[in-house]
Amino acid sequence: MITRRRMLLGTTGVAGALVVGYALWPDDRLARADGLAAQPGERFLATWIKIAGDGLVTVMIPHCEMGTGTSTALAQMAAEELDADWSRVRAQIAPADALFANGALAEGFLFESKNLTLSSIPAFLRGTAADATGAIARYMDLQTTGGSPAVRMTGVYGIRISAAAARELLVRAAAARVGASRGSFHTAMSRVIHTSGQSFGFGELAAEAANHRPSAHPPLKARNAYTLVGASLARFDIPAKVNGATIYGIDVSPPDLCYAAIRIAPATGGKLRSVDEASAAQMRGVRRIVRLDDAVVVVADRFWRAQKALDALRPTFDAGKKAAVFSAALRARQVSALGGKESTTTDLTVGRGVDALGSHVIERLYHVPYLAHAAMEPVNATALFRPPRGLEVWGGSQDALAARAFCAEVAGMPMSQVIFHQLPSGGAFGRRLPGSWNFFEYAVRAAMAVPGTPVKLIFTREEDIQHDYYRPAVTSRFRGSLSTDGRPRVWVNDYTTVDSADTEAHIIYGVPHQAYRAVKIASPVPTGSWRSIESSWHGFFVESFVDELAHEARRDPLEYRRALLAHKPRHLAALNLAADKAGWAAPLDAGVGRGIALVECFGTIVAQVAEVEVAKLGSVRVRRITCAADCGAVVNPDGFRAQVEGGIIFGLSAALYGAITLEHGAVVQRNFPDYPVIRLADCPDIDVHIIESDGTMGGAGEVGVPPVAPAVVNAIFAATGVRLRELPVVNAEIARG
Amino acid sequence: MGINLNVNGTSHELDIEDDVPLLWVLRDELKLTGTKFGCGIGSCGACTVHLNGAAVRSCQIPVSAVSGQPITTIEGLGAGTLTALQRAWIEHQVPQCGYCQSGMIMAVSALLARNPAPTEEDLAAAVTNICRCGTYPRIRAAVSALGKPAGDAA
Ligand code: FES
Ligand code: FES
Repeated sequence: MITRRRMLLGTTGVAGALVVGYALWPDDRLARADGLAAQPGERFLATWIKIAGDGLVTVMIPHCEMGTGTSTALAQMAAEELDADWSRVRAQIAPADALFANGALAEGFLFESKNLTLSSIPAFLRGTAADATGAIARYMDLQTTGGSPAVRMTGVYGIRISAAAARELLVRAAAARVGASRGSFHTAMSRVIHTSGQSFGFGELAAEAANHRPSAHPPLKARNAYTLVGASLARFDIPAKVNGATIYGIDVSPPDLCYAAIRIAPATGGKLRSVDEASAAQMRGVRRIVRLDDAVVVVADRFWRAQKALDALRPTFDAGKKAAVFSAALRARQVSALGGKESTTTDLTVGRGVDALGSHVIERLYHVPYLAHAAMEPVNATALFRPPRGLEVWGGSQDALAARAFCAEVAGMPMSQVIFHQLPSGGAFGRRLPGSWNFFEYAVRAAMAVPGTPVKLIFTREEDIQHDYYRPAVTSRFRGSLSTDGRPRVWVNDYTTVDSADTEAHIIYGVPHQAYRAVKIASPVPTGSWRSIESSWHGFFVESFVDELAHEARRDPLEYRRALLAHKPRHLAALNLAADKAGWAAPLDAGVGRGIALVECFGTIVAQVAEVEVAKLGSVRVRRITCAADCGAVVNPDGFRAQVEGGIIFGLSAALYGAITLEHGAVVQRNFPDYPVIRLADCPDIDVHIIESDGTMGGAGEVGVPPVAPAVVNAIFAATGVRLRELPVVNAEIARG
Repeated sequence: MGINLNVNGTSHELDIEDDVPLLWVLRDELKLTGTKFGCGIGSCGACTVHLNGAAVRSCQIPVSAVSGQPITTIEGLGAGTLTALQRAWIEHQVPQCGYCQSGMIMAVSALLARNPAPTEEDLAAAVTNICRCGTYPRIRAAVSALGKPAGDAA
């Protein structure tokens, strides 16, 4: 670790270039995170700024590019602190190597949490280690892109500081040349300029600057001096996405590439029983039929031929131990578990909690189904197994370094013998995070069956939907009682969980007595992180129930929430702005209603108003979503807006149509016709209003998702008086009288 | 016997089976990977190309059915330069992950060729492609800007 740190600090890159890595170990944060103090040597991060002899600035990005504009936003933050000429700044995806690992991510989370415990670590990271100590060691090696970390963690705690340190070195080099004090220089447009007017380009100074150690505490710009951060600069990755030039994982083409098609046992835990090998083995282009425990793979010289041979194999599978699993029964089990005392965790009590419930209790039950990610690029990976030299893997991963380690483990070789090529992903939404890597595993296994030949394994859409790591199905029960003035006095929430208690259940509203209880029920199918994670269900539950309480109290849902947010000025401001922009009070035609919802997610406070039209026979059309989002500071407003728009549409697909159901332990849905998503024709008008505040920087990619479902359901109630407590909307009967 | 395929103005003699979908021929034989696989059943539009100038879903077309007919893929759309549509896509920062965008652009460009100023309803009826990233509002904005005469600021 010490050696690595030295490498980071002292490196001169290729001739004439300045390379700055930044060791992040400010003492105040060390003190806050005791757990880390034991291993100070691991607290480095390697977000790198490179400046070439010709002045070109390259920012190394330790995240994947999956459509969120991360590279551009991080480069903006670097260029800002450097005072670089934006037209001479580039971004480059960092190699899957510990040198470029994203320590800032862990740092950021630790910084936010007062005490370092496993539960203070966001759920999407929890599964990566068994205990807190192990977890920290692992986090130092993360290159995760999940939980909206890129800008607010890597950027704020890492890249910005690296860039400021690099700027300091450049000034120092210029000062040495001229023999003047550093204070007599300023920087602008990639030049270091002396008060006399004499100036040097960054490129001229790079080599000299690289002879010195960067400071760990460089002065940072004040926010009001920003010119690049806060500007809607065009994204770097977009031009190559309008002419088909971007090479995604599914497009890689190493020499002598073969293709693999896979059929996995439909029921989780099912085993491959039989294949008709004779009929497939002779088909054109077929190279190898690979029988795995729970799947069969055909490797052929073309993907189409692999698919045809796979069909000809007519594989059969047994149903495994989950054959008795049906969605409806699962839901019933969740409901009854909420009433029992088994496997529960009381995760928070406020005031007198459940004991404060009076005699008039308002009780409601809500449920959401499993959901698939269904990113546009079906999961796939390409692998080349060349013993004894090693393994090479190409693919899109939300954590390149961990993917490399994972593939090494599958192949049974040390990580040092594995090369992982990180490629852009055609969407991910959590599907490509650690713990969800069946596509890497199967690709490596297929490659191991044909050593020396690169194999691209592609899931068909059917395999992609049927073998996902799903957003869990969750049931939540609320009990509440009101004060005489109509405000909630007691808020009691019991909900199911597949692993641990969710802080996302906790309300921001001022209610004197609260109690939360998590009831653990294992999932019969694998679950994973799905855009906005726990907020995707708790947002729906909480914002539905508060709306129901408003109705019970005979109050306007907006007014009701306002009265409960006196202590939360930022939340109140977001709520008010969304309501104003939506014209909350403006009259509506019969059958049209507005609903409102407010959810804080990954540090961003988002309020949305849905305007929904319900036809006589009950068909629902969402006409408009008005959104106000307070993310503290925003790096690229247009990019932020795009992410929130996308989140709203993603959340709306789920709210209106999304459901993965299980029969005999297998997923029923297969492709877009039975797992529908929003298209142009049913996409509402969307207005996103950004609130900049002095809050810490919040996330962007996930935050648009959670409020959509409750806003829509609340609007349906306003339009019809019908309250939906289960998603998706399409399954409900909503004829209006 | 081989199949003759005319793609982006170049003709290819290919030794392949009759029933291979055009999508896989473009991607795996000709290495034109701009055309994407999304669903394989004609539902998502990621694989949209032009056949005789009309938008078609290449995963649903056996290659033998289009032998000799002019096919244009995203790589051949602007003949070396970006079309006004592609420039509008950059101007409005439409793509997110970008995976659906080849298909989107091919579908929209076929529409604009026959209807230069489509209404939102025209657009929604003609372009049923899926974008999981949710770029629809920007697609609408870009198409509506294209439909306006140059210099029209409104
Ligand atoms: S891949 Fe052809 S329509 Fe989806
Ligand atoms: S931009 Fe990602 S699917 Fe459309």
